[in-house]
Amino acid sequence: MSILINKDTKVITQGMTGKVGQFHTQQCKAYANGANCFVAGVNPKKAGEDFEGIPVYASVRDAKAATGATVSVIYVPPAGAAAAIDEAVEADLDLVICITEGIPVHDMIRTRYRMQGKKTILIGPNCPGLITPDEIKIGIMPGHIHKKGRIGVVSRSGTLTYEAVGQLTALGYGQSSCVGIGGDPINGLKHIDVMRMFNDDPETDAVIMVGEIGGSDEEACARWIKQNMKKPVVGFIAGITAPPGKRMGHAGAIISGGEGGADQKLAVMEECGIHITRNPAEMGRTMQKVLKG
Amino acid sequence: MKIHEYQGKEILREFGVPTPRGAACFNVDDAVAAAQRLGGKVWVVKAQIHAGGRGKGGGVKVAKSLDEVKSYAQQILGMQLVTHQTGPEGQKVRRLLVEEGAAIVKEFYVGMVVDRGAQRVALLASSEGGMEIEEVAKHSPEKIRTVRIDPVVGLDAKEAAQVARAIGIPDVANAEAVQVLQGLYRAFVEKDAMLAEINPLILTADNHVIALDAKFNFDSNALYRHPEIVAMRDLDEEDPAEIEASKFDLSYISLDGDIGCLVNGAGLAMATMDIIKLYGGRPANFLDVGGGASKEKVTEAFKLMLKNPHLKAILVNIFGGIMKCDVIAEGVVAAAREVHLAVPLVVRLEGTNVDLGKKILADSGLPIISGNDMADAAQKVVAAAKG
Repeated sequence: MSILINKDTKVITQGMTGKVGQFHTQQCKAYANGANCFVAGVNPKKAGEDFEGIPVYASVRDAKAATGATVSVIYVPPAGAAAAIDEAVEADLDLVICITEGIPVHDMIRTRYRMQGKKTILIGPNCPGLITPDEIKIGIMPGHIHKKGRIGVVSRSGTLTYEAVGQLTALGYGQSSCVGIGGDPINGLKHIDVMRMFNDDPETDAVIMVGEIGGSDEEACARWIKQNMKKPVVGFIAGITAPPGKRMGHAGAIISGGEGGADQKLAVMEECGIHITRNPAEMGRTMQKVLKG
Repeated sequence: MKIHEYQGKEILREFGVPTPRGAACFNVDDAVAAAQRLGGKVWVVKAQIHAGGRGKGGGVKVAKSLDEVKSYAQQILGMQLVTHQTGPEGQKVRRLLVEEGAAIVKEFYVGMVVDRGAQRVALLASSEGGMEIEEVAKHSPEKIRTVRIDPVVGLDAKEAAQVARAIGIPDVANAEAVQVLQGLYRAFVEKDAMLAEINPLILTADNHVIALDAKFNFDSNALYRHPEIVAMRDLDEEDPAEIEASKFDLSYISLDGDIGCLVNGAGLAMATMDIIKLYGGRPANFLDVGGGASKEKVTEAFKLMLKNPHLKAILVNIFGGIMKCDVIAEGVVAAAREVHLAVPLVVRLEGTNVDLGKKILADSGLPIISGNDMADAAQKVVAAAKG
């Protein structure tokens, strides 16, 4: 088992026919059971056509009706990406993964408002996606660095997630699922939501949680872990050296109003029983130490 | 993206928020002429820089004659204004705002931010005007009134009226205060702001409510639909290296260390700075070349880092996922040749086509130090910078 997705998941790709969408659809299709998972694309102007044998439909609703897909991944450019999420939510999909970087914050506030009371779960935006190794990859992460196993990974960043995964794989530890929740201030699943799922997943033994400066989501997750988590958690926060008031690449990665500093996040995490490391090269080895007791 | 106070006040007026009358001035003669046009007996001469704390730094003066306007304008224009937000070197003042004086009875704070937890816009209001809201939050949080605004309904008049009453604006001025709060909210949403502050909002002797200051920070991801905001950008207020970087779609922040970092991805870029510090070095910059870095982008990134006179070594840390290591290696070699690299260069490559990438670096004949993993690379670059 795994969280959120597995080899039987059927996926619609919104923005499949653009340059980015085409490239990553090829990559995802080539990974593990991808050829059976990626069943539809959406583009109102290209309905009836196909890309690499994947049929294109006019809308998410049409694609869902024709294929039974329950998940979508979005590569639509920023100006139209929030509307693409809205469309997937309106079509009552179970899960939407928005890869797009650079969506205006106020667009996301309105989209999150419209999602209230709907069943759809959102991951992202501005995220690498998620992967269940040897089963399915939905997103832009390099498949080959992963290995099937029992460690969960949840992270706000892309390449730093790959770093954590690469370290685990190099030490022989495979992953159950890896979830990139994205670097934007207004987003879908937070650390705490994914941590709950890993806690309930019988095939996950431990979790690496990678955070960064900005906001207080890591603290909220740490406090939940202290009360509820049955499995060991290793944590790292990027941005100890980041100066206040400067946005470090991600729209959400900014220390402002005395909130969101890495040191204070690490202190709360440590206090809540998370095995923290201040060295990004030690995430895998910290996990090894914890598991070997 | 930040703007000046006088530009922020233009936006506020557009949304029906009263401000003092005033004019932006670029030289002393303009300042005196503006004061003459405004009339009256008291004027305020305010330095326009993109940093707070201007008053304490000597950048805001009250003038009681045209001669005083002239001498204050002379004093402030061209000064290096140092505030707690500028850093010790300060910021050169190139623009002034000359305004009519206002009879202040009481000062309030009104601000708006994007509340990540609630996933809404939050209105913050306080009776403690003139102070920084972070300070108020620390010492007397009970004096801050917070409202999380429904994005469909907006800030309704009843709620705004309650907030105004709660922070102590008298009923006689309540209607004006409601107009200010609703105007600020509309400006915040319609202009795609991330932060807006009126600090202080004042009550005058004749019971009017006026925005005495205006601070805005806009969502850079939404600037494509706001050419009028982009037109307000003042490049003199920004770091030249960061401006140069944005032309090439590179995300760059100057820091005060001596080890340049070139990394793909924001999280890994921050982590790279952190590990340099951990091993006793000091990062000179944050630099994220993004997911699709071309040879040209890598070359531009090198040129940027090398403009820093304090630079003693460079660390390239790439986890090639979609981006292939051989492409990055070719970019690094081409850049090192083109810029005649004179400082030690440590390169750590991981991911797709890593062996090919390492071979390209080794075959280049350039004195590139190879890092086996992130820790090894960081230790090597710290040693190289000290050596």
